[in-house]
Amino acid sequence: MDFNDTAEEAKFRKEASDWLSANAEKKEHSRDVYRPAEMTGEGGESSALQDAKDWMTKKYEAGWACLHWPKEYGGRDATAIERVIWAQEESKYKVPGGFHEIGQGMAGPTMMLYATEEQKKQYLPPMAKGQEIWCQLFSEPGAGSDLAGIKTKAELDGDTWTINGQKVWTSGAHYSDYAILVTRSDFNAPKHKGLTYFFLDMKSPGIEVRPIRQITGGANFNEVYFTDVKIPDSQRLGEVGDGWKVALTTLMNERLAVGDASGVDFQEIFELTKESDFNGENAISNGGVRERLADWYCEYAGLKYTKMRNISALSRGDTPGPDASITKIVSANKLQDIANFGMDLMDNASIIKSDDKDDIRALFQGSLLGAPLIRIAGGTDEILRNIIAEQVLGMPQDVRVDKTVPFNEIPSGSKN
Amino acid sequence: MNFEFSDDQLVMKEEVRKLFEKEDSVKRNRNILEGDENFDKDLWNKVVEMGLTAITIPEEHGGIGLGFLELCVVAEEMGRAIAPIPYSSSVYLATTAIINSSNDDVKKEYLPKLAAGEMIGTFAHSEELGTPTSDNAKTTFQNGKLSGEKIAVPDGDIANLFVVSAKSGDKVGLFLVDADSKGVEVSKAECFDGSRSYANISFKDADAEIIEDSSSEAIDKLLNQAAVLFAFEQVGGAEASMNMAKEYAMGRYAFGRQIGSFQAIKHKLADMYISLTLARSNCYFGAWALGNDAPELPVAAATARVSATKAFYECSKENIQTHGGMGATWEFDCHLFYRRARLLSANIGGQSLWKDKLVSSIERSNLPQ
Ligand SMILES: Cc1cc2nc3c(=O)[nH]c(=O)nc-3n(C[C@H](O)[C@H](O)[C@H](O)COP(=O)(O)OP(=O)(O)OC[C@H]3O[C@@H](n4cnc5c(N)ncnc54)[C@H](O)[C@@H]3O)c2cc1C
Ligand SMILES: Cc1cc2nc3c(=O)[nH]c(=O)nc-3n(C[C@H](O)[C@H](O)[C@H](O)COP(=O)(O)OP(=O)(O)OC[C@H]3O[C@@H](n4cnc5c(N)ncnc54)[C@H](O)[C@@H]3O)c2cc1C
Repeated sequence: MDFNDTAEEAKFRKEASDWLSANAEKKEHSRDVYRPAEMTGEGGESSALQDAKDWMTKKYEAGWACLHWPKEYGGRDATAIERVIWAQEESKYKVPGGFHEIGQGMAGPTMMLYATEEQKKQYLPPMAKGQEIWCQLFSEPGAGSDLAGIKTKAELDGDTWTINGQKVWTSGAHYSDYAILVTRSDFNAPKHKGLTYFFLDMKSPGIEVRPIRQITGGANFNEVYFTDVKIPDSQRLGEVGDGWKVALTTLMNERLAVGDASGVDFQEIFELTKESDFNGENAISNGGVRERLADWYCEYAGLKYTKMRNISALSRGDTPGPDASITKIVSANKLQDIANFGMDLMDNASIIKSDDKDDIRALFQGSLLGAPLIRIAGGTDEILRNIIAEQVLGMPQDVRVDKTVPFNEIPSGSKN
Repeated sequence: MNFEFSDDQLVMKEEVRKLFEKEDSVKRNRNILEGDENFDKDLWNKVVEMGLTAITIPEEHGGIGLGFLELCVVAEEMGRAIAPIPYSSSVYLATTAIINSSNDDVKKEYLPKLAAGEMIGTFAHSEELGTPTSDNAKTTFQNGKLSGEKIAVPDGDIANLFVVSAKSGDKVGLFLVDADSKGVEVSKAECFDGSRSYANISFKDADAEIIEDSSSEAIDKLLNQAAVLFAFEQVGGAEASMNMAKEYAMGRYAFGRQIGSFQAIKHKLADMYISLTLARSNCYFGAWALGNDAPELPVAAATARVSATKAFYECSKENIQTHGGMGATWEFDCHLFYRRARLLSANIGGQSLWKDKLVSSIERSNLPQ
């Protein structure tokens, strides 16, 4: 047991860190993160978006984008462990991010498996270069956890599909250039057998994007309406009716792409308990407070070392454990509890709104409002527990009433 | 980075697991619980034969001269097997205390006997209801003689060698007392987990040798080292409990279905797996810190201890619930793990104490970076 790099890993780390130090600004402490020059609020993440695109392009040009992808598609042919080392090194710098995960992390791997060679050459290098942003048109009003229950209709006429319907919760649809899309091409087949998967240009006529305001106040996700949107059959990924299989590829990658919930963590609540007053003493001297701190530290450390166990599995060339689901459940719930407890400690001061990003209150308030979203996006807590029980522990699937009947006979959506 | 045990260590773990499976250690646990013996001597002999009491003892003192990492993997299997033997007392506690000692005479005298299983040691520390800390000892050491009352000494009626915490001047140190010495009185106490034996011990001017008397830190260090080892044992027990629950849930049918197909049961199992995984990962870091005698040991040990205690409690209690009425019976093994979980949570200080220690250690070390 050791925390040392192998000689090759050390060489790679040095190369990465040399390039980063020449091209980016190092963080002075963990909270010294990238801040966009201009915060335009209300979903106007314009300067952050452009900064993220430009940083990705800079990396791409130097061979540091989409590391594990083949070189011919804009990657570096790097190993899994090299990708981890890069992420560790990059996290020490104040660099923008947060816009390319769906494209590079989810659409890319799906294209890699299902697109034609020509399409891969056409779409993947620009995706790696990062000026083009992709979004994920999966969820619908009647189908989220139950993704296979979607109703957006796809009809084929000659070589062209016509799409009608509605998607919802589509993160970043309002600034995306392309999208991956799951539709229903057969309403008479059983639910999982009638789906067909496409990629498309978000500027296609007939697409309307309407932002939805979130509980955080921002508007990062959207409703997306389709009225007779045309997609050439060549942009179908996988066979007609085989869209569920393709979607699963995307979803498996989604779980890898979502990491720790960002926001307040042990460090922040630890500092806060040292600073805040509790009956005339620092809160940290209170036994009840200390118990909570210990619990969160154990979760924080447990996730950190679970990640390290996975990394060393990668380093040995083994497949890492399917523990990504654990990370999201534990970190998102910890985030919410820490935020709530921290605001409790700040008492009435905590409920006075602050928009100053450097104010500790803004950080706790933002985390309290953001945590519920993280517990839903990319698989709810319940769905992730099912995944752990079924895929890690090998327990039976839930008994289903909807798998064998024709789709149009299944009840769905909200009846209230 | 290699945050995994070596192949040799994993082979060793497998061997120990096989031994306990072959010997049906869980059945033996029940025999001790129901019978009059205070430990399973036959199983103890097999463990000694395999060299498991000699792992961390240097070769010059009759040991095998391996490290704590090897002991960690063995500890996990001890926990999985809920072995009814005084292994933790003798090996994690007494042997480690003597290995830590700067007194070469004591090492020369006792380590070979502990390695060979001729002597069984234990740590006599607690004195009253409440949490044993390094500086609350009322037992005293003066001019080679030790006096005081120790309660709930694990395997106290089995051990023939006691490592005892006692005040010497203004320090609390560690001392060694032979169970046969004059002035030592052992009274067996019924234990909540009847597969293990406990005793109250009274010392009246008993002859004692010094293990460490120059600072109170020796006790803290010993407890931190033992905490990591106990945490591995707890993780082993937690995993066994989770697996038992899973097996039962897959084989039991109610309402026309496997109960393992009900989400209430699946999510229970998922939660067990989450708490087990976090505990295991924290144990690995504890093992690293223990093996390298790293400055991170206090934080790492408390983190491992707190999360493993939680994991074993959760897995062993929910295992009973998953078994429904069967889990409530004496006949099913669920309660053996539940009892052992309780015993392991108490033996070197309870959860509240270790949580407090954890936060204190974090405060001192300015972790996390
Ligand atoms: C911030 C955010 C960003 C998102 N971004 C995108 C995106 O970019 N693209 C996209 O396609 N989607 C996106 N989503 C949608 C997201 O994937 C869905 O919201 C999520 O899968 C849950 O689906 P739902 O909202 O329909 O809730 P439902 O599925 O209706 O769930 C409601 C409740 O019922 C529970 N439930 C449902 N089924 C089961 C079951 N079988 N067993 C037990 N409990 C169950 C759920 O756990 C939940 O608590 C985003 C969501 C959020 C919050
Ligand atoms: C102390 C005690 C006294 C009792 N006294 C009596 C008595 O006087 N008379 C009498 O007739 N019976 C009595 N019982 C029996 C008791 O009613 C049953 O044990 C209880 O109903 C559980 O049934 P089971 O043991 O078959 O477990 P199971 O039904 O097999 O349950 C095993 C596990 O699966 C879960 N489970 C089962 N079905 C579902 C589901 N649909 N959804 C989610 N989870 C599920 C359970 O919650 C449990 O965790 C007693 C039991 C005990 C422990």
